[in-house]
Amino acid sequence: MVAIISQDPAREPAPVPGAAVTPAALLVTHGERELLRLVVVGSVDDGKSTLIGRLLYECDSLLDDQVAAVERASRGGAIDFSLFTDGLLAEREQGITIDVAYRYFTTGRRKVIVADTPGHVQYTRNMATGASTADAAVILVDARQGVLQQTRRHAHIAGLLGIPYLAVAINKMDLVDYDRATFERLSAEVLTLTSRLGFAEVRCFPVSATQGDWITKPSERAPWHDQTLLAWLEALPHQRRQELAPFRFAVQQVLRPNIDERLLTGRVASGTVRKGDRVVLSPSGRTATVARIATLTGDLAEARAPLSVALGLDVDVDVSRGDVLAHAGALPEVSGAVDASLVWLNEAPLAVGHRYLIKCGPRTVPAYIERIHHRLDLESLREVSAQSLEANDIGEVRISATRSLVFDRYRDNRATGAFVVIDPETNATVAAGMIREPYLGEGSHHFYSRVGAEARAKRLGHHGLVVLLDGGLAADAADRIAGLEHELFRRGVVAAQVGLDLEAAVALAKAGVVALAAVAATGRERARELLRAARIPWTEAEAAEDSVDVVLLAARQGVAS
Amino acid sequence: MAELSASHASQTPGAHPHHSHLDLLEAEAIAILRETAAELSNPVLMYSIGKDSQVLLHLARKAFYPAPLPFPLLHVDTGWKFREMYQFRDAVVAELGVRLIVHRNQRALDEGINPFDYSSQVYTHATKTQALLEALKLHGFDAALGGARRDEERSRAKERVFSFRDAQGQWDPRRQRPELWDVYNGRVRAGESIRVFPMSNWTELDVWLYILRERIPVVPLYFAASRPVVARSGTWIMADDERMRLRPGEAPEPRRVRFRTLGCYPLSGAIESEATTVSELITEMLTSRRSERAGRLIDFDEDGSMESKKREGYF
Ligand SMILES: Nc1nc2c(ncn2[C@@H]2O[C@H](COP(=O)(O)OP(=O)(O)OP(=O)(O)O)[C@@H](O)[C@H]2O)c(=O)[nH]1
Ligand SMILES: [Mg+2]
Repeated sequence: MVAIISQDPAREPAPVPGAAVTPAALLVTHGERELLRLVVVGSVDDGKSTLIGRLLYECDSLLDDQVAAVERASRGGAIDFSLFTDGLLAEREQGITIDVAYRYFTTGRRKVIVADTPGHVQYTRNMATGASTADAAVILVDARQGVLQQTRRHAHIAGLLGIPYLAVAINKMDLVDYDRATFERLSAEVLTLTSRLGFAEVRCFPVSATQGDWITKPSERAPWHDQTLLAWLEALPHQRRQELAPFRFAVQQVLRPNIDERLLTGRVASGTVRKGDRVVLSPSGRTATVARIATLTGDLAEARAPLSVALGLDVDVDVSRGDVLAHAGALPEVSGAVDASLVWLNEAPLAVGHRYLIKCGPRTVPAYIERIHHRLDLESLREVSAQSLEANDIGEVRISATRSLVFDRYRDNRATGAFVVIDPETNATVAAGMIREPYLGEGSHHFYSRVGAEARAKRLGHHGLVVLLDGGLAADAADRIAGLEHELFRRGVVAAQVGLDLEAAVALAKAGVVALAAVAATGRERARELLRAARIPWTEAEAAEDSVDVVLLAARQGVAS
Repeated sequence: MAELSASHASQTPGAHPHHSHLDLLEAEAIAILRETAAELSNPVLMYSIGKDSQVLLHLARKAFYPAPLPFPLLHVDTGWKFREMYQFRDAVVAELGVRLIVHRNQRALDEGINPFDYSSQVYTHATKTQALLEALKLHGFDAALGGARRDEERSRAKERVFSFRDAQGQWDPRRQRPELWDVYNGRVRAGESIRVFPMSNWTELDVWLYILRERIPVVPLYFAASRPVVARSGTWIMADDERMRLRPGEAPEPRRVRFRTLGCYPLSGAIESEATTVSELITEMLTSRRSERAGRLIDFDEDGSMESKKREGYF
């Protein structure tokens, strides 16, 4: 085994025992690989586990005692490669994969984390688990069976999850005599299916997981093909999408190491942050400067995604878990209502109007699924109307949260556009969601108030109103808005600040409050549209105490200026 | 150590075209540790003194720096660890000023359950699994952070990062919560808990490379030295103290050995080795063809033994 495999260029050159190796050299050779997350999907029994076992075996990532154990379990026959990943007793008994297994191998420059997922429809939730973080996917198709419903489901989920690279392994070629026409017919069929799913690259391979054709080694039996699956994996460009996207940092916790200092912990979800950067907090809209990027091994001048760091700010602004830091000019969306794609993962079907929790980054908010736009029919591949989503269904929905979400569209940012749905009654994770758009329409909140606007105005002496304030990002804007708020309050107006959060502004205005929103010039038009649609009176003013009269007048009149 | 700091430059963008996989594994682990502290009300860090625990402790210090650790360490002690492990543990605790809870299943020890007279299943269940469940219950911990890795064993390869345990502390591999992206569901009801594995995606090699890079101290038993050992089941068992029960004809002889995993000394197999530094150890490991658990006597009781133990609540 070793002799054959050592021919393989993907394998490490064996270090010479006894030769002096410096720590630095070791770290450069073995500690600085690129990380590639790979997922293997496809219908039940198409050979996923066998293919991964073969890949591990031929990349020399299995140790002698592991191989010996599998040889024993294969009972004298040819090695059953699927046993390297099917690690649960029930899996070995039934000969199927139930839950995702993660295995690791290295190629020349990469550490690969490979997720072996179950093909069985009942365990689609585990397939989605394995696929969610993947940079590349391999989808298997049994050469005798062709594209099945589960193949389509997996392809769709992989596409929705935004996996950029897809390899189509037409497997069990040994059972169709390595027939080129069969390969080409099936390849064409899969390519038609995947062409609308948004992959950056799709490549087909004729393979046999049990015989080892075109996986890590070229095969004489299908000489008309030209690239091994491993060579394709090796050649994939390194994924740097998160590094290149705008800066996002979702606050996980606020640390107070001592009375003077406060640090925000979190991960640079995307982009880069540098010491001295002006940052805007969402949803509050407060601004601050990054005074410190702290790590145990020393402060950094900058941090790129996806490092975990702790940020110190120059001013003591109000921050809590789930707030998102970004650069002015490239802010995330702030909204309580979104349109999203869902993969439903629970036996209990989706219930419109049931109270769920949405966890998006570190932020968890109660939410309702207001309506189901449609469900994907996996036979016709058409969008059909639906009253509910059942386990393993894929659909599009409108979600309305009781507090604002801070997010990006999933297609722009995988780290900040993803969420899970949790049922607070069972604590189960019931769905995976990908945000498509913020929904800025009317009535996106679950407020079925019985107290009318007139009654409120009568009680409070003024109407509810949103005030769009200028200069929201200027250094002293927070002080000036606070000054205005204070002055209004002194003069008998119920006023409150909402930062950037227009959803909150709308909700407050509906309750009769004068909501002060800091909206930069760039966000103005969108804000106006939203307020117009929601039929909320608003006015625009300077963020200054002097604006008090303008605001008072508008609040008394209660009509949009 | 100029060469070491050179490799640290991967922290300083610009100097490197990409973050190394070690940087990414570290960032992921730190995020998981923070998420645990934020989502659960009473977490504890399982500290078993081995290399993985040392790495986990180091990552936890990084996660909460410059604040102190927001949770205590828990050592589930069987009373049969190597003497050097206890010394090392106490030195670490003293140096870092962290809070350590040591818990033993006193009833089992009083009953005289020991690794010689009892099968490894009975012994492990009483002194580890039971002791752990007792400790979690006693202190009301709702999250236990552990340094276990998916590459250790086939059933571990199946486990979630946030791995749910019912009120009996049991794992049901068929009903694991979906776990997508890095969005972890840490919600539990009273009595239920989550086992959290921040180092799920690390391999043994990653652990040693990281120890090398970060200069993390580990128990000297990992390095080759002359130690009194006897041959058993194809491995070397060290006679660490006078309680070692020798079989007829056995006499400890000095051999240059080291341990790949550390546990109870009568159950931890050593390998012959010349590696006395982390780099030598890594170099040796790159040519080794045996998995680290091959030296553990407890995993070989039956096929699927680890899965059964885990279902019952073993770490
Ligand atoms: N002849 C032949 N049989 C294969 C090939 N690949 C897999 N098989 C067989 O197909 C069966 C299923 O293989 P698995 O690897 O368990 O399939 P899977 O896709 O992992 O199945 P699930 O995980 O349960 O969805 C086994 O009996 C394999 O030996 C192949 O290339 N040729
Ligand atoms: Mg399988």
